[in-house]
Amino acid sequence: MNRPESYQDSHLLRPGNTNCGGCGMSIAFQMFKRSIVDTPVQLVIPACCAAVAAGGFPFSAYGAPVLLSTFASAASTATGMAQVARLNSEDIRVVCWAGDGGTYDIGMASLSGAAERNEDILFVCYDNEIYGNTGGQRSSATPAGAGATNILKGKIEPKKDIMSIIAAHGIPYAATVSLADPDDAKRKFQRSIKEKGFRFLLILSPCPTGWKSDPSMTIELVRLAVRSGLFPVLEVENGSRWTINVEPDFSRDDLARYVSLQRRFKKSEIKPDEMAEEIDLKWKTVRMRAGCNTGV
Amino acid sequence: MKDMQMITGNHAAATAAVLAGRANRSGRGFCSGVYPITPSTECMEFLCLQEIEKGHVVKVESEHSAMAVCIGASVSGARSFTTTAGNGLIYMAENVMVAAFLRLPVVMVVGNRAVGPPWNIWTDHSDSLALRDSGWIQIYCGNNQEVFDAVLIAFRIAEDHRVLMPVMVCQEGFVLSHTMALTEIADQTQVDQFLPQLRLPHRLAQTPRVVGSFTSSRMVEAHREQHHNAMRMAWDVYREAQTDFEKTFSRRPPDPVVTYRTEDAELALVSMGTIAETVNRVVDNLRDRGLKIGSVRVTMFRPFPFDALKKAFTGISRIAVIDRDISLGFGGVLWGEVRSLAQPGVVVQNYVSGLGGGDVRPEHIEQMVKDALERKTTGPSIFVGVGE
Repeated sequence: MNRPESYQDSHLLRPGNTNCGGCGMSIAFQMFKRSIVDTPVQLVIPACCAAVAAGGFPFSAYGAPVLLSTFASAASTATGMAQVARLNSEDIRVVCWAGDGGTYDIGMASLSGAAERNEDILFVCYDNEIYGNTGGQRSSATPAGAGATNILKGKIEPKKDIMSIIAAHGIPYAATVSLADPDDAKRKFQRSIKEKGFRFLLILSPCPTGWKSDPSMTIELVRLAVRSGLFPVLEVENGSRWTINVEPDFSRDDLARYVSLQRRFKKSEIKPDEMAEEIDLKWKTVRMRAGCNTGV
Repeated sequence: MKDMQMITGNHAAATAAVLAGRANRSGRGFCSGVYPITPSTECMEFLCLQEIEKGHVVKVESEHSAMAVCIGASVSGARSFTTTAGNGLIYMAENVMVAAFLRLPVVMVVGNRAVGPPWNIWTDHSDSLALRDSGWIQIYCGNNQEVFDAVLIAFRIAEDHRVLMPVMVCQEGFVLSHTMALTEIADQTQVDQFLPQLRLPHRLAQTPRVVGSFTSSRMVEAHREQHHNAMRMAWDVYREAQTDFEKTFSRRPPDPVVTYRTEDAELALVSMGTIAETVNRVVDNLRDRGLKIGSVRVTMFRPFPFDALKKAFTGISRIAVIDRDISLGFGGVLWGEVRSLAQPGVVVQNYVSGLGGGDVRPEHIEQMVKDALERKTTGPSIFVGVGE
């Protein structure tokens, strides 16, 4: 294998970038880079906040080669890059870094296509549950009860279950990543960067600007989402072996605190009890799939 | 000994693409994204069934993704090719433009097909002409040999550092894509010689940088100006490539504008693609009856052949432009462009015919000739053969 020498910066997302304070995606980038260390990567970023973060020509906020793809095409553009890397026996890892719009919505067809073909790509979705850089419109990742700039009160439909959809493709590795559980996150970043074939990571990525939360509360929000069971931390191997990595305590207090720390749930006046019903339903499915696989 | 094969336009296109792909085996190889659509399906099928050393064809889930794969492959330095038609091209359009604006030397064969609805699988030029302003070079072929040759020459000009942009090779669906004709096939050694390895100056490799970055307004203008100027360079590069092609393969691909019996003509009939073949026969027949008419075929539509057309129109007082397309609310696309360079006082009449695969028969062309010779001024576009 030809391994490029002195390939990348110590930062993947360099200091001085234009992301908002407390951006979950910025934190995700730092944790990702510290986990993969000097593994050479090429990034494919479709339209999303991470594309804006790149900055203007001729500068780049990224310490790696980046291709900004069209909104719907991250996984298919990455396919071409990963195939050519393979044809040339290059030890380079092609990583798609997309928001929830470019994953759950407009990017779904090309993502599904690349997953079905088991392309050698790591697809990372930083999920802030809205169209962030257009100002906060609903996506299919927006949870029920959350407000958005194009909804009168709050979203009625529940969040799309992307992990089940991805798992149904039978890809080698898929996992959800909690920024509040760094050891688990590191293990997942390290495993997914090495694994061959299609890998998928879903990162709950608070957006203080869109969620109307305090920038200093980003990690706390993730912690509360995990503890309350809102964001199951799990992994799926070969589409069939589901493992729960962090056991929530399903605390109603944590759920209430999660809601109270953001203003996006205000208009809908959704009650933690209503959200808890949704959580129960979600966990029935998760437990059924995971069987007795808990912990690592 | 010449390798003559009785093959369709699709088969010819794919054969040329495979030869071109293999020719980059000493470079970064060949990678292509493909998706089926009538009438281009057989071209992609043939491509998928070939063994290409250091090559891979990805069978994706849409045309939009097919071009995305080509973009990813090309930006990584591989030679890349795809094929589509009609609504497939329109669905692909966003990434078609991206390939051009990233200045990637992708080659695409378009099996020209009417854009539906009404749904129709037969030919007209409205699909590729809808992407007239997409920053691709466009070549319109007249027969299967031209399709084969155009694919090879397309890679040559696309990859030339003075040009560096994608090339669309257009063949009319069914008329060429599905019609078998004797076609001379090149051998690999010749193609290796004609197409040296691709070296993409802005290849995404190891240096941290962004391809497809955000820019200020003035930088957008700079990009477009460079692209536009590179389009104009394509003339010289095409001419050089024609000469080199002839040296290598002992035949010469057509000039950007091909004239037939225009020397002393009063009326020139302008067309693209296979219609010109019928026009040439009508010219012969009507010349026998004493009419001074000639035929002008535009083979390279982008960059637009201003000078060659002006030269072809010297001394001509009437021009009939036959469009197998329509810009609704304007008229024929080719007509609009030809009209822009005609001398004052010259009648430039537009005839729209052959949409959705309608036959443009000699009697239709005779009808156009009669009208064009009688009229005093240019009138609105006339549809010929509608509802027959």
